[in-house]
Amino acid sequence: MNIAETVPAAGKSFPGEGLPQKISVRNLKFYYGDALALKGINLPLYANNVTSFIGPSGCGKSTLLRVLNRMYDLYPKQRAEGEVLFDGQNLLDPAQDLNLLRSRIGMVFQKPTPFPMSIYDNIAFGIKLYEKLSRSELDGRVEEALKGAALWTEVKDKLAASGLSLSGGQQQRLCIARTVAISPEVILLDEPCSALDPISTSKIEELIDDLKERYTIAIVTHNMQQAARVSSFTAFMYLGELIEFGETSKLFTSPREKRTQDYITGRFG
Amino acid sequence: MASYASRRAANRIMMGLCWAATLFGLAWLALILVTLFWNGLAGINLDLFTQDTPGPNTDGGGLRNAIVGSLIMTALGVGLGTPIGILAGTYMAEYGRYSRLTFYIRFVNDILLSAPSIVIGLFIYAALITEGVEHRIVGYSAIAGSLALAVIVIPVVVRTTEDMLLLVPNPLREAASALGLPRSHVVMKIAYKAARAGLITGVLLAVARAAGETAPLLFTVQSNQFFSLDLTKQMANLPVVINNFAGKGYANWQQLAWSGALIITLAVLTLSITARALSAQRTQK
Repeated sequence: MNIAETVPAAGKSFPGEGLPQKISVRNLKFYYGDALALKGINLPLYANNVTSFIGPSGCGKSTLLRVLNRMYDLYPKQRAEGEVLFDGQNLLDPAQDLNLLRSRIGMVFQKPTPFPMSIYDNIAFGIKLYEKLSRSELDGRVEEALKGAALWTEVKDKLAASGLSLSGGQQQRLCIARTVAISPEVILLDEPCSALDPISTSKIEELIDDLKERYTIAIVTHNMQQAARVSSFTAFMYLGELIEFGETSKLFTSPREKRTQDYITGRFG
Repeated sequence: MASYASRRAANRIMMGLCWAATLFGLAWLALILVTLFWNGLAGINLDLFTQDTPGPNTDGGGLRNAIVGSLIMTALGVGLGTPIGILAGTYMAEYGRYSRLTFYIRFVNDILLSAPSIVIGLFIYAALITEGVEHRIVGYSAIAGSLALAVIVIPVVVRTTEDMLLLVPNPLREAASALGLPRSHVVMKIAYKAARAGLITGVLLAVARAAGETAPLLFTVQSNQFFSLDLTKQMANLPVVINNFAGKGYANWQQLAWSGALIITLAVLTLSITARALSAQRTQK
């Protein structure tokens, strides 16, 4: 592909043009109270691709992620302007059913957040919310989800144990399994490996690679090698602006913008 | 080296003072418990639990009516106050965490929490019992006493519920919301579950508080020499019986007052220790 690497002005094309966009962010502004945290972001998330958001702390990458499932709605004085089209529908629409939206756009957090219940119930809990299943069907779904998160062999003999008894890496895979279990279309990962050791990290990265067959994935990471390993597209953000968006291979080898170059070569951030 | 020696000396003196202060505090507690056991144990026998309070100058008798009365009124008071307290605390921690209203509720609740219990007794008295016999809503009665105890229970439960729910980490709520759980599910299935030990601790502490209160019952239930399960009538209860019996000249009554005091103290102590153990368990996790 021979595609321009810079962020196009509104109306112009993005790198990867032609790929189906699962989510299109259009002129997104985000406010914490009066503070402008995102200054008009335009960005596509291509279906069945992994897109990573990189940039120094405070650049707005986590904020952007939290707009995509309206997580910011839990807090007062946070608001978004602009459009985020999800399969063509603006998910910022006040009439948007948030529970339905979040069942379609799952999220995994920086720190593992197992629920205070058994490993089995951690997975079954979400499924039961949306579907009435028999015990055996439910067992099957739980097994499928745990296999999907590469955790099944480690926990199959202790499904009744508390989710809190697992190691940090296992807990994080449990959270991914829990998210996958309710069959979302998009998975948002907010620095999912920052609290994990290298072995757990590589397991999760392999998992992300498998998951993109079925899901559209966005990942926020501080680790540029990780962005390079797992994603096909990368967005570099700085001070609330999207500086550069492009194919990961090109953005890391021949960035168009000097600030991108400076960041990926470790001159700041 | 001189300064090191002086620092060591200062350390020793401070340690000594801390120990002395601790011993001073504990000594009173030990003294109270020893006196209670010394005087109370003599009266602990089967009759205490099977016979009712005796009249003046009568031999024998027990505290059955007072023990049953205390159990009934404490249970009713806690039963009425706990749901209100839990719901209010839940509103403050989960739904109205950032609202101005919560700030005011917390302020008022803290005042209620530290209000002298005699004022609460007077409040129920003024609200329900006074105004001439024919205009009364209820007379001196178990139900009025239970309401007074409920008013004492509510601020305790509100406070612990809010505190315990605030200790539940926010990422856990976000994670539950991220699965598409409605707010009510996030609260009931996740936050309550994570805070369970703390919530139970709060209720136990409220039970302990209500079980030992005398003043609110003096104004609302008074007491009853006989066994009664009628909530609309006066009902015997340990604190008021102790209050009535302790100061009188009959040796039999004084003995019963000591035994009653021992029973209440042991009950409250057991509740407090259980509450402590539960919250210790929670913090270890």
